[in-house]
Amino acid sequence: MSEVAVTAKPGLDARRVRADFPIFEHPVHGRPLAYLDSAASAQKPRQVLDAMRDFYETSYANIHRGVYELAERATDAYEAARETTRAFVNAPAAREIVFTRNVTAALNAVAYGWGLDNFGPGDLVLATEMEHHSNFVPWQYVAGRTGADFAAIPVDGAGELRLEDLERVLAGRRLKLLACTAVSNSLGTINPVPQLADWAHEHGAVVVVDAAQAAPHRRLDVQALGADFVGFTGHKVCGPTGIGVLWGRADVLERMSPFELGGHMIRKVTVERTTWNEIPHRFEAGTAPIAEAVGLAAALDYVSGIGLEAIERHESELTEYALGQLAEVEGLRVFGPPADRRVGIVSFELEGVHPHDVAQIVDAEGVAVRAGHHCNQPLMARLGVAATTRASFYLYTLPEEIDRLVEGLVRARTLFR
Amino acid sequence: MSELDSLYREVILDHFKNPRGHGVIADPDAQAEGQNPLCGDEVAIMVEFDGDTISDVKFQGRGCAISQAATSMLMDMVKGRTADEVASMSRDELLDEVGIPLTPVRLKCALLGLGVLKVALHKGKGTPLPEEWAGLDELDLR
Repeated sequence: MSEVAVTAKPGLDARRVRADFPIFEHPVHGRPLAYLDSAASAQKPRQVLDAMRDFYETSYANIHRGVYELAERATDAYEAARETTRAFVNAPAAREIVFTRNVTAALNAVAYGWGLDNFGPGDLVLATEMEHHSNFVPWQYVAGRTGADFAAIPVDGAGELRLEDLERVLAGRRLKLLACTAVSNSLGTINPVPQLADWAHEHGAVVVVDAAQAAPHRRLDVQALGADFVGFTGHKVCGPTGIGVLWGRADVLERMSPFELGGHMIRKVTVERTTWNEIPHRFEAGTAPIAEAVGLAAALDYVSGIGLEAIERHESELTEYALGQLAEVEGLRVFGPPADRRVGIVSFELEGVHPHDVAQIVDAEGVAVRAGHHCNQPLMARLGVAATTRASFYLYTLPEEIDRLVEGLVRARTLFR
Repeated sequence: MSELDSLYREVILDHFKNPRGHGVIADPDAQAEGQNPLCGDEVAIMVEFDGDTISDVKFQGRGCAISQAATSMLMDMVKGRTADEVASMSRDELLDEVGIPLTPVRLKCALLGLGVLKVALHKGKGTPLPEEWAGLDELDLR
């Protein structure tokens, strides 16, 4: 088992990458940290921490309306982060990049801002059974508020969308919006978003893509996806918490109502009426996550510097290795598709041991995995489980950490036999 | 003894593998169910009264070892006691019996059964729901 099947290819040396992450200098339960929970949140490289500290120490002020030097510098840094983000997702224009609190806020902004104005009785709002609750509950709720129908594209036993069911689910209704994740946060399944977007557009719908689990792991090109809105969150891409991104096609954003109201998002306010600022500022009410934007830009530069293709290759090698090692554990069942159709996320169940107990047992060895429904209750119901244990990998993950997980799983089986 | 061995000590694993009071009561006087959304633990409890005394109590559920073992221990503890006594039973009384160190997350697992039982007693006998019961809003009170 200690046989190391993954060798670093030119471009990504995970051991060198780890030296950038201070967290790995601190043991857990007396053992080196094996952090296999990057799908929940990624650890932070020194480059991101330094960028934020440097910004706070040398350039910090509130942005947009200050006329003094420091406010100018802070505004420049914030808008430069928007441009970095634009380039990262290959958006046509920086004005299509809205900074939000996280991907949940991005999706809610569309659900309220676009959904409330555009859904009505006889319309269908369509999600999928594998959506994270953040790309499911807002649509279900706003559909209910507007009298529209809500449905979900089913998932098959392998954890992939049943595309053959699309027309059946539609059932002749007027499709207004398709909400779909690019990558399943529980199973790692990579969805055929361009194909789904084409289908939805043929029916006249708007397409919203949750890219929270895609952005960290493969090159994200919003134009290639063919969507109208794409959201992702900073903290999963090695950036800070408190910042997310909503990309929207300019012509759709221009027609969308603001969701959060307040300072900065206005053009003119009188007692009689208020008019909105131009995009993207219309959607950025209140003091923005300024230092977080700076940190996000540093994180995007960091992962781009290492290379999304190199990260993708590293993770797919790890995933293949993990699936092979896990298959050797007695009583273990892995959910989801084969390695070539998923990112580095592996959910499994261990017969006779609840995922929470699994996670606690491996934690004693310093191995961090997540246990629960992963905000995927409809998917868990489809898989017939209440919860799973999930291991997820990133650019700093080593194959021996997967070995340590497997050792812990064998131990858990023994304990509960 | 390592931290892990103390957490999954023999008595916990025994209650998990051989739960006491597991099953159903036909036509119970009161019942309630609840979930722990953090890990998807589920517990349903049925109670039969003889006057104000709990003459029989049974549970069904699925979930982690801590939640199911603690509920199993609870069944042993409450049979023969009055609804009022159990409604005012402190969480520490159960936690002493469980007897293992628990993080805040696992505390929710261990206390799920007690919360569900108190809801059942509330529904059956009108006993108060403890204000300090942190999981109350997660429970089905209908």
